[in-house]
Amino acid sequence: MNQRGRILGIETSCDETAAAVVDQGRTVVSSVVSSQVDLHARYGGVVPELAGRAHVELALPVVTDALQGAGLDRRGRSFEDLEGPLGIDAVAATIGPGLIGALLVGVSTAKAFALAWGVPFVGVNHLEGHLYAAMLEAPELELPVVVLLVSGGHTLLVALDAPGSYRVLGATVDDAAGEAFDKVARYLGLGYPGGPEIDRLARSGDSSLIRFPRASTAGALDFSFSGLKTSVVSYVRAHREVANADVAASFQEAVVDVLVAKSLAAADEIGARGACLAGGVAANSSLRQRFGEAFAARGMMSYLPSRAMCTDNAAMIAAAGYFQLERSGPTPLDAGAVPDLQLRSSK
Amino acid sequence: MENWATVSSASAEQTREIGAQIARLVDKGDVVLLVGSLGAGKTTFVQGLVAALGGRDPVTSPTFTLAHKYRTSPPVTHVDLWRLDHLQEVVDLALEEELDEGGVVIVEWGDAAEPLYGAEALVVRLDWGASDGERTIAFECRGRSWCSRAELLREALRAGSVGAG
Repeated sequence: MNQRGRILGIETSCDETAAAVVDQGRTVVSSVVSSQVDLHARYGGVVPELAGRAHVELALPVVTDALQGAGLDRRGRSFEDLEGPLGIDAVAATIGPGLIGALLVGVSTAKAFALAWGVPFVGVNHLEGHLYAAMLEAPELELPVVVLLVSGGHTLLVALDAPGSYRVLGATVDDAAGEAFDKVARYLGLGYPGGPEIDRLARSGDSSLIRFPRASTAGALDFSFSGLKTSVVSYVRAHREVANADVAASFQEAVVDVLVAKSLAAADEIGARGACLAGGVAANSSLRQRFGEAFAARGMMSYLPSRAMCTDNAAMIAAAGYFQLERSGPTPLDAGAVPDLQLRSSK
Repeated sequence: MENWATVSSASAEQTREIGAQIARLVDKGDVVLLVGSLGAGKTTFVQGLVAALGGRDPVTSPTFTLAHKYRTSPPVTHVDLWRLDHLQEVVDLALEEELDEGGVVIVEWGDAAEPLYGAEALVVRLDWGASDGERTIAFECRGRSWCSRAELLREALRAGSVGAG
């Protein structure tokens, strides 16, 4: 790879079709996310085949937009100099985890561009991408940091020691935090997605009214939210008159308590310089506030990415692709998508 | 011959044990449909079943990811239809392929898959009991293959000393 290290990243693992151009894993040149929220709101969740079809329709327009944002045409040449050198040094795409039909759209698109341009293809773990989200917005970030990755499908604590070098410290043993938000929201009769609804309703509720359990787990840095969800149902069944706002506030308090306490414990364990939030639940206002306050009280920096960087995007995939290419080289073009890919500590 | 059995479970731990007992009965190509409201113990039941089949990875909820596959013998595909509203979306998960390849398919919020798999399946209904931790778990054998295992099912539940009724 030449000095410039300009990567085109493509992300299609779940709801979003996204493409971005990033320099050296640090500088976002362009980033396009074609939100499919409208499409999904009508169907009440992620619809796999629909999502797959939408990715097919959106992949090329989204990639074209991202290239244009970087001053390039679809052949990867500068608009200023159409006969000039290629403007992209490698193409990265999410290979997992995710829905196979959705993943294959991004992987195939990325391979086609890589082959046509004669540049390396890099298959990226979506979860590893999230680790770089904060770094893209805060270049001054000092490592090592603890990353709390919280979304609908995942809840992880990761030590990021250096770009491309990380350790998984803990994970959920049952439900993800975002899933608990969505399930409690639907149980209370709120809308989808449930996270923002709980967040909004909790502001007018009494978070100390109900003492929901803070689950302990065998692994000190693991999480469990299944029992909490069951406690909420159990409480509401026994107290039909309780206000939704109080349940939402007390539930959210229990989730945030555990997320913040374990993030602090993880930071102590690895001697972190700071801590980052990542994933869709990182948009929760209570989590952002208390995460920031808790680390400030310890004299540590905390990095709270913007909502656009918390949720799925391709800039983080391009960044992960850059560091992976540096460390372990390109991915063979005959490698497939891996729907059940896990995040494991790097070697 | 009765094609059903009911047990009660006093705790999540016991629900896991009941799942482990059912593991002795499942065979390649089987479908198990789990029906029950939020917090009834569906994922807990699957945890016991998958662990008893030799699964080593933690069994987590597939609500968002829709399907998890475990390297058990036979391989288990653990599906969750909570987010799906249309039968076509269930068809799109291509569970037929897993069954054809000798896998076992276990479906949470399995009511949604009844039109596809309800005729040949073990249907497990989990309900909240009188007290907080208590659940009743009802098993119904559907189709010839599962009905021929109804007596084994009752034996397995008794072996778990969980008060088969």
